[in-house]
Amino acid sequence: MKICIPIRRVADTTAKVTIAADGSSANEAGIKFVLNPYDEFALEAGLALKEGAGAGEVVALAFGPDSAQETLRTALAMGADSAVHLQGTPSPDGLVNAQVIADHVKGGGYDLVLFGKLAVDDYNQQTGAMMAELLGLPCATAITSLSVAGGVATVEREVEGGVETATCSLPAVFTCDKGLNTPRLPSLKGIMAAKKKPLEIVPTSAGEGKARVVSLSLPPERTAGVIVGEGAAAVPALMDALISKSKVL
Amino acid sequence: MSSVLVVVEQRDGALRKGASDAIAAARLIADASGGTVDALVASDRAVSGVDGLGAMGADRVLNVTDGAFAHYNPDGIVAAVSGIAEQYRAVVVAATATGKDLAPRIAASIGGPCGMDVTAVEATASGVTVTRPIYAGKVLQVLELSGTPVVAVRPGTYPAASAGKAGAQEALAAPTFTRRLEVTGIKGSARASLDVAEARVIVAGGRGLGDPKHFAVLEDLAAAFGGEAAVGASRAVVDAGWIEHGAQVGQTGKTVAPELYFAIGVSGAIQHLAGMRTSKVIVAINRDKDAPIFKVADYGIVGDLFEVVPALADAVRKAKAH
Repeated sequence: MKICIPIRRVADTTAKVTIAADGSSANEAGIKFVLNPYDEFALEAGLALKEGAGAGEVVALAFGPDSAQETLRTALAMGADSAVHLQGTPSPDGLVNAQVIADHVKGGGYDLVLFGKLAVDDYNQQTGAMMAELLGLPCATAITSLSVAGGVATVEREVEGGVETATCSLPAVFTCDKGLNTPRLPSLKGIMAAKKKPLEIVPTSAGEGKARVVSLSLPPERTAGVIVGEGAAAVPALMDALISKSKVL
Repeated sequence: MSSVLVVVEQRDGALRKGASDAIAAARLIADASGGTVDALVASDRAVSGVDGLGAMGADRVLNVTDGAFAHYNPDGIVAAVSGIAEQYRAVVVAATATGKDLAPRIAASIGGPCGMDVTAVEATASGVTVTRPIYAGKVLQVLELSGTPVVAVRPGTYPAASAGKAGAQEALAAPTFTRRLEVTGIKGSARASLDVAEARVIVAGGRGLGDPKHFAVLEDLAAAFGGEAAVGASRAVVDAGWIEHGAQVGQTGKTVAPELYFAIGVSGAIQHLAGMRTSKVIVAINRDKDAPIFKVADYGIVGDLFEVVPALADAVRKAKAH
């Protein structure tokens, strides 16, 4: 089984984000960048499938500037066999990015393409499903369970108030949610091995997008309220505030 | 091409939350150019509530009734939409789990951009401008979409909008399509209580609980609200396996905006705050008076949660009984 894992380099979730002088991008200085957390679930799922089958190949793929190579090395350290860097600047229009990835995946002989559910920076949550649609492949998003047997995949995904179950034949595209697995940490041996694994660099030419970032802004700060008191004795004062002042009870 | 299509979500013959928000957003776009709003409902049976879509602002309701839509059928819905998409200047869905799955597929099939999980829409001469929280709400992005955009509107964005349109019911022929994904069914979630994404009240717990069994204390407070409260959690306790991931609020969990949010034994890490900062009222209960959560809370109680929360549950029950 040949599995493709498209990944993204994102600001760590503990980062405090500030707006750059252009007003339409985030400052990168001083920010720690990591492999997108949801992509770790995708990568772990791919590695586990390969290990379970005792054979196969896991290819990590990233579309982005040269900094993406550092993130690809992280994926290689976790256990991916090889990496592909699609060189270019991602668009705010997810369809442009989906097309770039689709162009590579098409003809790549992949049985599975596993994306993260979303990237924790732009929250676009669309590239995986768009790529599947462009290639006419079956797709389920935000899966929390995946099993593959006899060329058929069975998945679960959370919807409001329930868990949806679905099946499709391979090749297929899934986007992975938290709950699917617990991603492994790169081992020291893995980190050393990653330096020697193949990382192919492919220049791309992305098309014109139909989305443009007009501005970024920070939402208004919430102001601290009042400490109504200490311990259980403060409960009546809290109830009074919730009922009379805030009117939420 | 000044009309807007809304794909309305239904499950088992009942409309899902978010239809009114999606239709209200579509109305804003359509009205800017004197267009109409059509609501498309795909189901295997008559859907209760479709006669109310006119009151929400739909001029027409296009009913696709076919056995293929017994469960969520993304391939079928995409085919139905792409077959009529050229009549519309935009397509709108509610940004539910299903809507977020559907919107990018529709966008790819009609070649439009996708505005995901937006909290405001505005029609412009060349397209649609949307505002959307990114970085789980740490930043607001204004995005200009041209072509035929697909917009997923976060439920709760346009509450109780009413436009009083005709909502004329029409039947639309089922599309021909290849079913690539087969949804085989839906089962209840592991947790019996309400989903945090849908609850009016959220009772969230963090590491301060000390032990997974102590979630019972929060369950009891949630129960005191009589079916309108869900139990949520911080990333720390989800990662520790104390509660299932579906309860997680924050940057790698759900972004929520309930009317009332209780943060109990939650310190207030930046990625947690990002996921709940737009709650209407935030109450923090924590032993540590310096916990960052108090900086965003409207009301705080400093104290032992095992004393405060049961007393609070009793008080809520008494208030509800009145």
